[in-house]
Amino acid sequence: MSQIIVENLMKTFKVAKRKPGLWNAVQGLVHREYNTVHALEGISFKLEEGELVGYIGPNGAGKSTTVKILSGILVPDSGRCEVMGKVPWKQRIDHVKNIGVVFGQRSQLWWDLPVEDSFQLLRDIYNIPHQNYKSTRDELIEILNISTLLDVPVRQLSLGQRMKCELAASLLHTPPLLFLDEPTIGLDAVSKLAVRDFIKKINKERGVTVILTTHDMDDIEALCSRVVVIGRGKILSDGTIEELRNHVSKERKLTVHMDMPIDNFSIPGARVVELEGQQISLAFNPEYISPAILISNLYEKYPVKDLFIENTPIEEIIAKLYGELRI
Amino acid sequence: MKGYISLLRLRFMLLLQYRIAAFAGVCTQLLFGFVRVMVFIAFYQSTSKVQPISYEGTITYIWLSQALLGLLPWNGDSELQTMIRTGNVAYELCRPVDIYNLWFSRAVAQRTAPTLLRAIPIFIVALLLLPGKYAMGYPHSCTSFLAWIISMFGALLLSCAITNIFNIVTLWTVAGDGITRLLPAVIILFSGMIVPLPLFPQWMQGILKYLPFSGIVDIPARFYSGHIQPSQIVSLFFIQIIWTILLILMGKWLLSRKMKLIVVQGG
Repeated sequence: MSQIIVENLMKTFKVAKRKPGLWNAVQGLVHREYNTVHALEGISFKLEEGELVGYIGPNGAGKSTTVKILSGILVPDSGRCEVMGKVPWKQRIDHVKNIGVVFGQRSQLWWDLPVEDSFQLLRDIYNIPHQNYKSTRDELIEILNISTLLDVPVRQLSLGQRMKCELAASLLHTPPLLFLDEPTIGLDAVSKLAVRDFIKKINKERGVTVILTTHDMDDIEALCSRVVVIGRGKILSDGTIEELRNHVSKERKLTVHMDMPIDNFSIPGARVVELEGQQISLAFNPEYISPAILISNLYEKYPVKDLFIENTPIEEIIAKLYGELRI
Repeated sequence: MKGYISLLRLRFMLLLQYRIAAFAGVCTQLLFGFVRVMVFIAFYQSTSKVQPISYEGTITYIWLSQALLGLLPWNGDSELQTMIRTGNVAYELCRPVDIYNLWFSRAVAQRTAPTLLRAIPIFIVALLLLPGKYAMGYPHSCTSFLAWIISMFGALLLSCAITNIFNIVTLWTVAGDGITRLLPAVIILFSGMIVPLPLFPQWMQGILKYLPFSGIVDIPARFYSGHIQPSQIVSLFFIQIIWTILLILMGKWLLSRKMKLIVVQGG
């Protein structure tokens, strides 16, 4: 049976309309208008044990709302949701023992206290037996390389250091499920890589199922075998990165450096995206023209110095997808 | 249970760290103690009638209430309230514990740690260092002292139940703000923090006795000074406990109502 089943989940928020200005504020005392925001409009997906799924979408698409429903914080208006056989908001206490959560923009560590104190509090809150706690803690410390950070008050940690500690904190009770809501937000390149490595490792070695929401497409490309794209409260696409690519555009990019500037450049089977001095960017669809033929045509016609082919960057794919759906 | 105790311990540790705040608190609480004592000196000197509470009883009452000011539930847990306003409370909601109890243990720490830090120096000054006219008295008797201890325990529970209501109403962003401004005035007045309750008009006495607020300052202080007979501890402690239970039930009801509609602020 699937570990997570979500069927036709709906959630709306009522937001009071507040127009600017004094007069409108006075009116608001008597009569208040509400806007209904449809955060989720029928979301369905299933997750199997051990999957590492990227959950992406533009700001306000409903990513965090989904994660909050899955973690038992929010109650949806309608729809079905079961996580390891439990309904998160109905069996909240039993349910949350199975999950670890990291909200990248918030902290679960105690600001004024050393990290170790927060860990010990979590140990007691989750009622983790001492022996298990010690082994899990030591293991996490080793993988994340945070042994020197444990007796530092959290306020003195850098964001990257803190995020590593947050990850450790969310896994102390060895949950089979981990929800990561933008864990790499604001991190520098080195910390990002460390966080990614860690996510990959616990997914592979411990079989932890991971749902990862992010805006960083490198995260997705580096980690996720499956990508769910959400926009305006609906699921737009669900599949592997390759499927997502093919779904949006099969084009690849070809960048060519010439020996000299070229005027009136054109080549059959490829479209010129950008022409700047000696550098030309082309887009072509490998189903219509094989890369080998395209390249040999190029060499025949023009003084090519160097060239390389790449997949359309995932950012562009996503931007295109959002654009197509006008979101 | 372990989790709640652990949280209580951690909060307690943290609050004990605020030494400068404690020192400042001791100074202001002493200063206001003097102001209140002097007001009542003037009051007792200008009246020849027999008052419902003796002069010595009043001064002791004032020093007790000043020293134990931290027990007065006039606010919520500011850290928790910030968490609610910013949405950090999301983390509290994904812990396998009862939220009401979790916040109650925070309230216990909030009410005990700073109070302990401040009460001891104030007691030392008021009991031992002040000249007779200004000084706080010793407990009326051993049994009075015992009754005071018991009713202080009741006061602590009552205070934490009210503190938790302050915490919970913060979940109603706008309306909660109004309540957290309005309620303290009622609590401060009817607990006996400004004027000892025996000095209130006769017709109010019956009401004040059965309101929950008298159990926080007035009743313990009067047990201490012997104004209330120690034998009454059973019935008065019973009232404190009944109110505590009612306020806890009310807090739990408010919380469960709000949990269904919760909106986590910001992203």
